[in-house]
Amino acid sequence: MDNNETILAVNHLSKRFGENTVLRDINCRVSTGDVICVIGASGSGKSTMLRCINLLETPTGGEILFHGTDILSGGLSLSAYRAKVGMVFQSFNLFSNMNVLDNCMVGMRRVLKLDKGTAKEKALFYLSKVGMSPYINARPRQLSGGQKQRVAIARALAMEPEILLFDEPTSALDPQMVGEVLNVMKALADDGMTMLIVTHEMAFARDVARHVIYMDKGVVCEEGPPEQIFVSPKKQETKDFLSRFIRG
Amino acid sequence: MSSLPAGFWNRILFLLQNYGFSLLKGAGTSLLIAFVGTLIGCVIGFIVGIIQTIPVQKSDSFAKRALLKAVNLILAVYVEVFRGTPMMVQAMFIFYGIAYLLHYVMGMWFAAFFIVSINTGAYMAETVRGGILSIDAGQTEGAKAIGMNHLQTMLYVILPQALRNIMPQIGNNLIINIKDSCVLSVICVVELFFASKSISGTYYIFFEVFTLAMAMYLIMTVFFSRLLRWFEKKMDGADSYDLATTDTLAHTSGMLNYPGKRG
Repeated sequence: MDNNETILAVNHLSKRFGENTVLRDINCRVSTGDVICVIGASGSGKSTMLRCINLLETPTGGEILFHGTDILSGGLSLSAYRAKVGMVFQSFNLFSNMNVLDNCMVGMRRVLKLDKGTAKEKALFYLSKVGMSPYINARPRQLSGGQKQRVAIARALAMEPEILLFDEPTSALDPQMVGEVLNVMKALADDGMTMLIVTHEMAFARDVARHVIYMDKGVVCEEGPPEQIFVSPKKQETKDFLSRFIRG
Repeated sequence: MSSLPAGFWNRILFLLQNYGFSLLKGAGTSLLIAFVGTLIGCVIGFIVGIIQTIPVQKSDSFAKRALLKAVNLILAVYVEVFRGTPMMVQAMFIFYGIAYLLHYVMGMWFAAFFIVSINTGAYMAETVRGGILSIDAGQTEGAKAIGMNHLQTMLYVILPQALRNIMPQIGNNLIINIKDSCVLSVICVVELFFASKSISGTYYIFFEVFTLAMAMYLIMTVFFSRLLRWFEKKMDGADSYDLATTDTLAHTSGMLNYPGKRG
């Protein structure tokens, strides 16, 4: 990775659910402009890692440093931290009681305390970035999956976070809609957005990621540039996983 | 006191002419008690429901956990006591209990509002708790992920949706309160039932008076159940939406092309 400023550093992160250890000694560093893809089989701990980073799950051990401040020891308020670390979910999680515009505005209004005019202007800007500005009056239930996910991306972008986390953003979509969401994400990457993406879209990871992490059974099994992971993986587990994937 | 005519319809007419106003006044009292009681009951229910759904984490301090536990215990007792005893008995117990212990006689309105509210609150607490639990956990996560705290998440995301889901139950409570306000006649609240009883006691005619009372209760409950159904539909919002095509930023045909790299 390059010499850009480190935004997020995850050190020796671990997570147990009761007796069940799902994450062990995870280390990860995200710098400005990085696009990191996390791949691996279902149940390997990818999503849990992402949810730990956003503190939707409380890690059992290790530290998470945001610009050098440990957020687990309460160095930064949870709200302030989450406002700077955006998250896009597999199941969209758009607020069903609000229309598209309000979904994008509520965080800016209530968390960032922006005035209505500024919030609306920004919401429209980011909605047009994902091609959803004509739909500001629609309710989430009136949109297709791909449209919902694009609105969810706009909602996260509107907070102007320093880093965006994606938790399998296309896994709940049919193949046609996967494309429209991946296009948006690719455009964000080209724009220089810092992203940490958990995905099953190998072609996307190969094309867009600057760094790929392969996770297996709760540990980082292999990581490196996409050429290494996808063309000449060093570990046998990585080879097996990718060949299984290609064979489908 | 004018003399009572013979025949069912003549008597109905007679009652309407001479006592129509006091019956209407009784019905108005019933409605007002039901309205205020349901409203305050809902507020109580929401407060209790929200407190009961505050998540407790292992990382929370001992004091916070102990306080929450104590408050939750008190609330559980409140819910059990007021759900588990008849409102008529509660009315007697509270009205005469306070008069006996505090030497204070409650006014008719205050006693009525107090008893109906506190009773409705006990039912609504469980309803609100159910309403909050019925909202998908993803909604909470979505709100937390953009930095909202527990109160903001509740206020802007969870409760509006929970409120929509429990609207039928709130309507149910209003209907029940319109009818059950009649038990307050035991502490001499002059609502529709009390008014009917007084009139029937004056003339010793029961069937005619209570035919009118039945009709009036039915008209009130049917009207408000229809009104609430209409209100629910309104809460759901429009079935369709307009595309904001006049917006200069809007692109109706698919995605915007990205104008190269930014800053």
